[in-house]
Amino acid sequence: MNVVESMPPPPKPDLITVNIDGRDVAVPKGTNAIEAARLVGVDVPFYCYHPKLSVVGNCRMCLIEIGMPAVDPATKAPIMDPATGKQRINWIPRPQIGCATNASPGLHIRTNTPQIKDCREGVMEFLLINHPLDCPICDQAGECKLQEQATGYGRGYSRFIEQKVVKPKRTQLGPRVTLDDERCILCSRCIRFCKEIARDDVLGFIDRGSYSTLTCYPGKKLTNNYSLNTVDICPVGALTSTDFRFKMRVWFLKQTNSIDTESSVGANTVVWSREGIIYRITPRRNDEVNDTWMSDSGRELYKQVRSSDRLTAIRVNGIDSSLDVAVQAAAELIRASAGAVAVVGSGRSSVEEQFLTHKLAKLLQAPAGIVSRVGEGDGILISADRNPNVRGALVTGLIQGLPQPKLERLAAGIDAGTIRTVVAINEDLVAAGLTPAQLAKVAIVYLGTHVQPTTAAARVVIPTLTVFEKSGTFVNQQFRLQKFAKAVPGPAGASDDLVALSRLLAALGGGAIPSEINALWSLMAEEVPALKTIAFGRVPATGLQLDPAPWAGLPYVEGETLHYKPAP
Amino acid sequence: MIFRHIDEPGYTNDLACYQRHGGYGILRKAVTMAPQAIIDEVRKSGLRGRGGAGFPCGVKWGLVDRKSGKPIYLIVNADESEPGTFKDRYIIHQDPHQLLEGTMISCFANNVKQAYIYIRGEFPHGARILERAIAEARAANLCGPNILGTGYSCEIYIHRGAGAYICGEETGLIESLEGKRAYPRIKPPYFPAVLGLYQCPTIVNNVETLCHVKHIVDMGGEAFSKIGTPNNTGTRLLCVSGHVQRPGYYEFEVGKITLGELLNEVCGGPLPGRKFKAVIPGGSSAKVLKFGETFTLKNKDGSTRTLTVEDIPMDFDTMAACGTMGGSGGVIVMDDSVNMVEALANINAFYAHESCGQCTPCREGSLWMKKITTRMVHDEARAEDGTLVKSVADQIAGRTICAFGEACSWPTQSFVAKFGEEFKEYAALKNSKSADALPIV
Repeated sequence: MNVVESMPPPPKPDLITVNIDGRDVAVPKGTNAIEAARLVGVDVPFYCYHPKLSVVGNCRMCLIEIGMPAVDPATKAPIMDPATGKQRINWIPRPQIGCATNASPGLHIRTNTPQIKDCREGVMEFLLINHPLDCPICDQAGECKLQEQATGYGRGYSRFIEQKVVKPKRTQLGPRVTLDDERCILCSRCIRFCKEIARDDVLGFIDRGSYSTLTCYPGKKLTNNYSLNTVDICPVGALTSTDFRFKMRVWFLKQTNSIDTESSVGANTVVWSREGIIYRITPRRNDEVNDTWMSDSGRELYKQVRSSDRLTAIRVNGIDSSLDVAVQAAAELIRASAGAVAVVGSGRSSVEEQFLTHKLAKLLQAPAGIVSRVGEGDGILISADRNPNVRGALVTGLIQGLPQPKLERLAAGIDAGTIRTVVAINEDLVAAGLTPAQLAKVAIVYLGTHVQPTTAAARVVIPTLTVFEKSGTFVNQQFRLQKFAKAVPGPAGASDDLVALSRLLAALGGGAIPSEINALWSLMAEEVPALKTIAFGRVPATGLQLDPAPWAGLPYVEGETLHYKPAP
Repeated sequence: MIFRHIDEPGYTNDLACYQRHGGYGILRKAVTMAPQAIIDEVRKSGLRGRGGAGFPCGVKWGLVDRKSGKPIYLIVNADESEPGTFKDRYIIHQDPHQLLEGTMISCFANNVKQAYIYIRGEFPHGARILERAIAEARAANLCGPNILGTGYSCEIYIHRGAGAYICGEETGLIESLEGKRAYPRIKPPYFPAVLGLYQCPTIVNNVETLCHVKHIVDMGGEAFSKIGTPNNTGTRLLCVSGHVQRPGYYEFEVGKITLGELLNEVCGGPLPGRKFKAVIPGGSSAKVLKFGETFTLKNKDGSTRTLTVEDIPMDFDTMAACGTMGGSGGVIVMDDSVNMVEALANINAFYAHESCGQCTPCREGSLWMKKITTRMVHDEARAEDGTLVKSVADQIAGRTICAFGEACSWPTQSFVAKFGEEFKEYAALKNSKSADALPIV
């Protein structure tokens, strides 16, 4: 087995027993009370606490009662309560914040007492008195912690008859984030995010007391490529996405798990769509990969789905055609140049597509490669390798070593006349280093999503799907197998990559290879050693760690990112 | 003790005058002692902090983490900002070297190499005096490198605040000293004795407390503990303001004088034709006492005694037993000319202005209380406002990051509890205007 279960189990965390609302629960030492309560299904409401940020304890919503078992100070013997026969608990009269209360052996927590109910009602009332209560026109409505917790823990009426504090509205904090200060509950999550995660300390409070106002430091803007995470973690509608706001109510949107294709980090994402249209992309928590964050640039990628340069017509020699005709035409071109065919796969294709690409290259005994894309890593969630799935090409055997940025051997083969047909899968051959003159010398079969110089030169063009329109897997820089799912249907005229490839394989005599993903995975599990025993349906939402050992020592280009350290 | 020389004719605040009066003799004595011996004397003295909370100084020093290997800092809290309190300012202005001597002894005892005097921004003159005093002391080898040839070095720096009440809260002060907004820190984990200034163990003491250290080393902890009353040792400075004949600074043995004696005898009683109505005995955040109310307290032997307001000794423990606090020694006296709603509106305006805004109950509650009482004094009082403002205060106290929550809610809680009738009368009196009048903006 190559999956994580075969590796030595992680060391057992130091478990200790705490008591929450009368129930004993074993938790790792140091777990805070909010997380410990979550383990037993007890909700401790909070605003400012965030599991991935430092604890400041300013919202006071998570107040709980805590106590420790009583011991005789002299003898250290437990003091028993005659009424219950159990050890007496010394409850601290003052309520304590759950976020800063760490589990210690014997800790007792009460969340359901009249005092705690009163505390929560009090905090809810305070948070709402100066809040504009403009839910009907607020983008956060439907995913607002203030709404949720007002319902769950508020009194339901207001005693406030004074004038509310007036603060700036519609402040543009940066190119992508809009701020409404009146809605802000001053939890400081966004400030801590910028300081601690994005390492761009531009946000802060000015003024004092209830007049405290969130703002950028003078002369600065919230421009970093992670700015939209502040919108995600804002518990209220203070920070909203300039792109998304006023476009759609969140409760109308369907959520589909996906993967950010910007780089080999493979940040886990959720694609929010309605009636075939994507409205936004947000990060999905994966503590091994991206925590709860993603880049702003990754959120823009949905715009490629409905962009004007999308390929939507199957074409053979420039004439609109059908998939059957196009596959036959491609097969004829390939057969006509038997022994002189090259396959250009892609590091942006899924593992399944790369598996079929590899099968195609093997069938034709054709040289195959992929195109590398290298940029600057930002040290957070964008790595230097801008292909999401180079590791997948290694795992499936499509490539043996790391790809080169230019297809120099292919160019030489074309010049020498030893390559006469090229199958290009979602890669622009011009961008990969071939000249228009070289393109003119070969017959090109192109499968891809968008118009490129290569599509104009191609004899056969088969439009395929973007990552949002199909299901599959990528292998990220950690050799973590992560799956993405189809969020929206593809445009009319586009074929699923797997269908097109399996049809092409069949037309070339490669036999019947399933294009349905589960069936294909059965085949892959048989044929690809690293994927043995894995079934697509059982890949967890947060991915499956593969054993990277067979490919250790390759000169990977990535530097350090959030949960990845390059091998020394 | 602290004011021994201050009001002598010709006593000036320079080093020469201080030394003519025996100044820095105790420091010379202290540096010959073992540091632990000084700490032991302070513990024996029973000295309680004079900043407001009355926490035993020796215990505070005992909590300092001395094993971490990190430097230990000492901070002099000279951010005296509690309304009604003005004693530290007087010490700094009249006798800065007494503070420096006490500070240097405390630094030596705790192996502190760097001390900071955090002085409130509104004390520019005090800061200048201290700067000069430090320069004088440094020139005389009384602070700075290799003090008095002992090999022990300690620098004292002045840091001026920028004008915020919350900077007197010790963790807020530390944040401010680090150059940040003075947001008080959560405890746990940020106890100053372990994770204080720059995450190092830190002692924060009040100006008056550190002056007392000098006298403890002079007379010995045992002798100091015999001054005052048990558990309330030494002397303390009382700042009397408001409606008395002779307001001002007074120094008395802790608990040896009652509130009645202080106001009627020492301060000359109420202004002509007036009667005392209420007194806040320990700075504006202490709960108000109403003249005429009585307190039944338990004695050690189980019997009870009944005290009137005039009978309460000016100490820490009895004040606490009577539901208020000795606090910072700021005694604010109100006579029968004062309307309690208007007095509370004044206090609430102060706390709403000074809330740092970090945590929800204090940030929103303090302003709400201010808005209610302000509205009341602007002719829009309602009968239920007294109850409402108190219930807002009840939602703040005990639920905030720092003690500001109590500081801003105790006045409201006590004013409404003790003068509730006045709040109702006020509403009846003030709400007589026509219903269709425009609201006050």
